[in-house]
Amino acid sequence: MATKASRAAARLMIAPSVILLLGWMIVPLSMTLYFSFLRYNLIMPGDNPFVGWENYYWFVTDPSFKAAMVNTLLLVGGVLFITVVGGTLFALLLDQPMWGQGIIRIMVISPFFVMPTVSGLVWKNMFMNPVNGIFGHLAKGMGFEPIDFFSEIPLLSIIGIVSWQWLPFATLILLTALQSLDSEQLEASEMDGASWISRFWFIMLPHLARAITVVVLIQTIFLLSIFAEILVTTNGGPGTATTNLTYLIYVSSLLQFDVGMGSAGGVIAIILANIVAIFLMRMIGKNLDA
Amino acid sequence: MGQITLNKVSKSFGELEVIPPLDLEIKDGEFVVFVGPSGCGKSTLLRLIAGLEDVSGGEILIDGKDATDIPPAKRGLAMVFQSYALYPHMSVRKNIAFPLRMAGLDKAHQDKKVEEAARVLNLADYLERKPGQLSGGQRQRVAIGRAIVREPAAFLFDEPLSNLDAALRVGMRLEISELHKRLTTTMIYVTHDQVEAMTMADKIVVLRAGNIEQVGSPLELYRTPRNLFVAGFIGSPKMNFVSGPEAQKRDATTIGIRPEHTRVSTDTGDWPGVVGVSEHLGSDTFFHVKCDAFEEPLTVRAGGEVDLKYGDKVFLTPDSAHLHRFDREGLRLP
Ligand SMILES: Nc1ncnc2c1ncn2[C@@H]1O[C@H](COP(=O)(O)OP(=O)(O)OP(=O)(O)O)[C@@H](O)[C@H]1O
Ligand SMILES: [Mg+2]
Repeated sequence: MATKASRAAARLMIAPSVILLLGWMIVPLSMTLYFSFLRYNLIMPGDNPFVGWENYYWFVTDPSFKAAMVNTLLLVGGVLFITVVGGTLFALLLDQPMWGQGIIRIMVISPFFVMPTVSGLVWKNMFMNPVNGIFGHLAKGMGFEPIDFFSEIPLLSIIGIVSWQWLPFATLILLTALQSLDSEQLEASEMDGASWISRFWFIMLPHLARAITVVVLIQTIFLLSIFAEILVTTNGGPGTATTNLTYLIYVSSLLQFDVGMGSAGGVIAIILANIVAIFLMRMIGKNLDA
Repeated sequence: MGQITLNKVSKSFGELEVIPPLDLEIKDGEFVVFVGPSGCGKSTLLRLIAGLEDVSGGEILIDGKDATDIPPAKRGLAMVFQSYALYPHMSVRKNIAFPLRMAGLDKAHQDKKVEEAARVLNLADYLERKPGQLSGGQRQRVAIGRAIVREPAAFLFDEPLSNLDAALRVGMRLEISELHKRLTTTMIYVTHDQVEAMTMADKIVVLRAGNIEQVGSPLELYRTPRNLFVAGFIGSPKMNFVSGPEAQKRDATTIGIRPEHTRVSTDTGDWPGVVGVSEHLGSDTFFHVKCDAFEEPLTVRAGGEVDLKYGDKVFLTPDSAHLHRFDREGLRLP
């Protein structure tokens, strides 16, 4: 873009999409902000007076808020850990030359194409169900008491399901990164006397750092808003054992019909997501421009 | 010690035989250059010696011991790659120290050796930089530094200068030659540039399609090329080849005469001709002369001051002491 004229033309050309995207974001955001300061409960129709920070106060002091925060962090952290570690291992495996590579790669990627609700239901009914599920059968076959996943280890079960969905994404990104590693570097380190472990630790892992950063950033943003898997499996229960922030907002606004309270939760979730994003960018963004 | 013997070593990739069985003896302390056109298997041969590829047949002896199945790290050889293969996320210091670290040397020892190598290679000011912040020549030196600190039995270089510009290449060529004189370690050097081969080598190995065409000192190859391929490959500009009646007069199928062994005169000589393009280098001038007797123009060298113009009539006289005669198979006749 060399000249002033072409710069102006470029601005003009991208203006419609920028305006559309901005509107798309601004309108719901300002409505949410506006509602969050009103007493607006669908069960009690009438006027909706302005109540200041009241909604925020009640949302934050609700005991389930603390539980939701902890669950959100555990869910995001757990899934990130499993997908990054597992994705790296899968990428290393898939990078090996082997028979039927193409098909195996497609099979590994496929969970990513399954809808969250469907995968939640499949896991719930076909795998984790203590009576009909495969895990139950296996446990019984080996003479153990089958585990009732969603009542005994509900959060862990959800982490498992979500990890299963996101593992392909991490694997895919890390595999491409691994394949871009200069093979002469690996050979040089081999001649320098590095064992397989050292080669992984000193050469491959630093090379993967940037890709891992990308995986963590993108996944965090999506994982903060996990909802469908919880809705179709545990409904946030037992108690609040699997209620995350998104689910809590759903509970207040759509189960308790309190639009004001739900909006306040939404605003808190937005702020939280931004804090996490800035924090992550700061912490690992260095990797991106190196 | 760094004596390497190849015994009937061969290499195939699937069906494709890249290196037919070959024998080669490299003495301790020698500077050996593998030279040949692109794709002739120079890198493959070097990688076989390094252990980065498995041989398909034959054996490799290092200092008399069978090293055919020894992993690369244990062969005691160090390699400098064409792309340098520096570790981009490590500083120059860490790069050079890496082999020492892998060998489990303590920190103080590592530092001492790195400083020593940095001094030898003029890298002392760059030790804390990352490879990305270095020039091509500096990166090359870091790669050499990483090889030196291991004190290997032999150095393997795979076209280490091909990414550098012409001036830097001449400088690095000298530096590597000097390093060899100082360390007196065996060096095996791969290149497709015959000038590099001639200037650096104690011994040149000319390869074509995986076959060794000739082994010898640079001057041996220059004076007595074993066949047409070597004769054409060694020397710059290329040797002129002539066949037909002139060759038959000398009982050969083809005769070869180097540009520097042909006299140019404006009044008398064996082969009359007309001057074509001339290349003035200052010290020398190369004329392309179209002789009446031959299809192809001949290249001849004359002094820098000789002034002949396009279209001038000249006479060429080959220096019969430096005439090379080849038979029908392209082999040298005595
Ligand atoms: N991994 C491989 N699989 C199959 N063929 C290979 C492989 N590596 C090399 N070759 C083939 O072996 C031949 C020799 O390759 P090599 O890399 O040794 O050539 P080279 O002499 O180093 O050439 P250059 O001067 O271009 O580097 C080439 O024809 C190449 O296509
Ligand atoms: Mg090569």
